[in-house]
Amino acid sequence: MANDKPNQPQDESRRRFLKYSGTALGGVVLGGVIGGLVGSNLKQTEKETAPEPGKSGTAPENKDYNQALMFFNQDQFLTAEAAAERLFPKDDLGPGAKELGVAFFIDHQMASAFGTNARDYMQPPYYKAEATQGYQLVFKRRELIALGLDAMNQYSNTKYQKPFVEIAPEEQDAVLTAFETDKTEIKDVPSSNFFAMFLNLTLEGAYADPLYGGNRNMAGWKMRNFPGNQMSYTDYIEKEEFVKLEPLSLHDHLELG
Amino acid sequence: MATKLPKVPVVIVGMGWVGGIIASELTKAGISVVGLERGKSRDTQDYYHVHDELRYASRYELMQDLSKETVSFRNTMKMRALPMRTYGSFLLGEGLGGAGVHWNGQYYRFLPYDFEIYSKTVERYGKKKIPENMTIRDWGITYEELEPYFVKYEQMAGISGETELPPNIGKMSKPFATGPMKKSPGMKLFEDAAKKLGYHPYVIPSANLSEPYKNPDGVERAPCQYCGYCERFGCEYGAKADPVVTVLPVAKQTGKLDLRMHSNVTQIIHDGKKATGVTYVHTPTGEEYTQPADIVILAGYLFTNVRLLLLSKLGKPYNPETDTGAVGRNYAYQVNGASTSAFYEDREFNLAMGAGALGSSIDDFNGDNFDHSDLKFLHGANIRFTQTGLRPIQYQPVPAGTPKWGAEFKKATIHNSNRVLSVAGQGASMPNRYHYLDLDPEYKDAFGQPLIRMTFDFEDQDRELVKFIAQKTKEIADQMGGTKTEIHDSIKQYNIVPYQSTHNTGGTIMGSDPKTSVVNNYLQMWDAENVFICGASNFPHNSGYNPTATVGALAYRTAEGVQKYLDKGGSLV
Ligand SMILES: Cc1cc2nc3c(=O)[nH]c(=O)nc-3n(C[C@H](O)[C@H](O)[C@H](O)COP(=O)(O)OP(=O)(O)OC[C@H]3O[C@@H](n4cnc5c(N)ncnc54)[C@H](O)[C@@H]3O)c2cc1C
Ligand code: SF4
Repeated sequence: MANDKPNQPQDESRRRFLKYSGTALGGVVLGGVIGGLVGSNLKQTEKETAPEPGKSGTAPENKDYNQALMFFNQDQFLTAEAAAERLFPKDDLGPGAKELGVAFFIDHQMASAFGTNARDYMQPPYYKAEATQGYQLVFKRRELIALGLDAMNQYSNTKYQKPFVEIAPEEQDAVLTAFETDKTEIKDVPSSNFFAMFLNLTLEGAYADPLYGGNRNMAGWKMRNFPGNQMSYTDYIEKEEFVKLEPLSLHDHLELG
Repeated sequence: MATKLPKVPVVIVGMGWVGGIIASELTKAGISVVGLERGKSRDTQDYYHVHDELRYASRYELMQDLSKETVSFRNTMKMRALPMRTYGSFLLGEGLGGAGVHWNGQYYRFLPYDFEIYSKTVERYGKKKIPENMTIRDWGITYEELEPYFVKYEQMAGISGETELPPNIGKMSKPFATGPMKKSPGMKLFEDAAKKLGYHPYVIPSANLSEPYKNPDGVERAPCQYCGYCERFGCEYGAKADPVVTVLPVAKQTGKLDLRMHSNVTQIIHDGKKATGVTYVHTPTGEEYTQPADIVILAGYLFTNVRLLLLSKLGKPYNPETDTGAVGRNYAYQVNGASTSAFYEDREFNLAMGAGALGSSIDDFNGDNFDHSDLKFLHGANIRFTQTGLRPIQYQPVPAGTPKWGAEFKKATIHNSNRVLSVAGQGASMPNRYHYLDLDPEYKDAFGQPLIRMTFDFEDQDRELVKFIAQKTKEIADQMGGTKTEIHDSIKQYNIVPYQSTHNTGGTIMGSDPKTSVVNNYLQMWDAENVFICGASNFPHNSGYNPTATVGALAYRTAEGVQKYLDKGGSLV
């Protein structure tokens, strides 16, 4: 719940919203949403006085049971974590991919409908495509990511006699560059396809709502001064100066039963 | 065997903007309507947790499930078309309200020039100005004739905009329903720069409400909160005009709308002269039904509109080799790619904030508002600065030459995330004899029916347009007080991978010639008088604008045509 946080933007912005909407609540609201929002606003207010449900007796503080694997094996996870950290490293601006939980994000995504291309057209036949025609392989995202991570280790073992996680950062960069530019000479692995997808997943893991396992504590958003998801910017949209807001996540908008 | 249902006066295929408007107008007039929609029902409550970039913007939660049906694509007739396996260039609507739920709400009436593009081009520059294979034509309706229908849409949706508009766009008989959107600092910079250069900027007319509004049907809606999750998202406030919060509740309230969800239409039944109804599959049960009707209305967006005609063998398919037939002709798109980014080292903007239709634009280089005598292209682009809400996954601003990953990349994206304003052109797309839609010979949908096949590419016309418009965007951006600017001024082949816009047009075009157009100016089919087809599929070309204002006006026009036809029968022209 948002209510135990020092800043209560959600509830505030719902109130502000009602003020700005200025719509007569008794009037005909054929298509509008006002009824619904007022409803949830009232519920919210009731809850403010009610005791917090499910707050006591839960997990020990720093343990996140969501940080476990749905798809990767241990090696793949560690390789993904190390590779993502090179693509999006920790620096003086803030955490890198590892601290943000990006590898957990990628693991969870690979276990999801996205990893299995559930909403993509996957019917045969498959032909070689022009670049303008997009992805045309029967191979699924989760298969490509797992294959690519294994191949990075294989490449690293051959070239440096050590797995990817144990080589120096500059060497890791060299491996990544080889994959990015299809210079691995590992046959049977579409390296640059793998790399492009992995890079994309890394950025998603840094910046998606924390509910997906990455962007831990919204630290990705904080680095960019991205306010997450607020109810309303009506008060700020005309402002000349930059407005810094504590970000909110979808968790903050959930009414727990 | 399909179960045959009792006959009804009107059946509509698709419940997006077009289906919703027509259903609302007809049911208000006391006519019973069956609305068939292949997707699920939706309402505003579904969007309380919609501020999720990954789910809605990157994973396309609200769009058509491509595993069931997609489009196949090739650049030229020599290539083999392959299915669009995953989303890219455009995003298709599915479910109650269609793409109207997740649109931006940028609202532009097409220019008077658009409707008479052929005559006006020949009049000013001579026939020779039109390059070989460019199949521009007059629409069979003028701006003046369509004007009252624009007004209807604007009052229904509560379109927000300025009262004083530049002289280089179509005249309005009635001002917009609500005042303009608020102006962000970026919009002010753009407008000041444009004015300094002698251009005519105005706030983009918006279907995100600028103030509380009650429309003529009694629908009351709340104003936009500039929440920044608009394009690709549903609006949790009902502030964005969409069919679910405007026309559909009105139709439902009449008791005359029989709305059937999960109903995928697969066939128009006809005897060669008239339609007798449609066949559809109720997807949760797999049951097949035929719905007999006096009038069949296609409102399923252009891919469905064209595909159903071809699958049902209704109308004459277009043949690009012989340049004969009509169904599938004049597929066009939108020519984006001309833009200039202004970088600001000395200040930051609130770019996460915004609304789908927030921005300012000029039409000084749109339509025929400038002299094309010495230019190698026709038409032009609306040039704009928009502030739609920039989100961190899909927006990674870097100056040219920045590495694509690693420490430098991270620093640059974070540094620039609130420091770049972009001025961009939304270019018109001229039709070409070899750009068209037909049935794919190989690939099928989940019901075993052929996919629609698109053959489309960018031509010299488009590359020249982008080059020219890009210079204009730079001219403006250079005046906006940034530290430096970067221009983007070239496009190559059309590529289906990067998102460009969901402004696909043509295929069932309107016109005055029954041989080369599919519908007359009441959107009544030439080859079957009780079939009406409406949507951007009616556009013979696409303007330098978003399409829905003109789609909406045509939907009101269709509703009037249907009522006329019910009264009198026969061809309406
Ligand atoms: C991200 C995005 C942003 C946009 N922004 C703008 C904008 O700012 N301004 C603008 O002017 N336009 C914009 N558009 C375009 C706008 O959304 C469309 O022009 C408009 O929604 C078209 O309305 P329609 O009714 O023709 O089609 P749709 O809204 O697509 O509705 C068609 C409906 O038909 C249903 N259907 C299709 N086939 C069948 C079948 N066989 N059986 C049953 N039902 C079927 C579909 O499920 C769908 O619900 C945007 C589009 C997108 C995707
Ligand atoms: S920007 Fe405005 S219209 Fe768009 S979703 Fe947010 S509140 Fe609704």
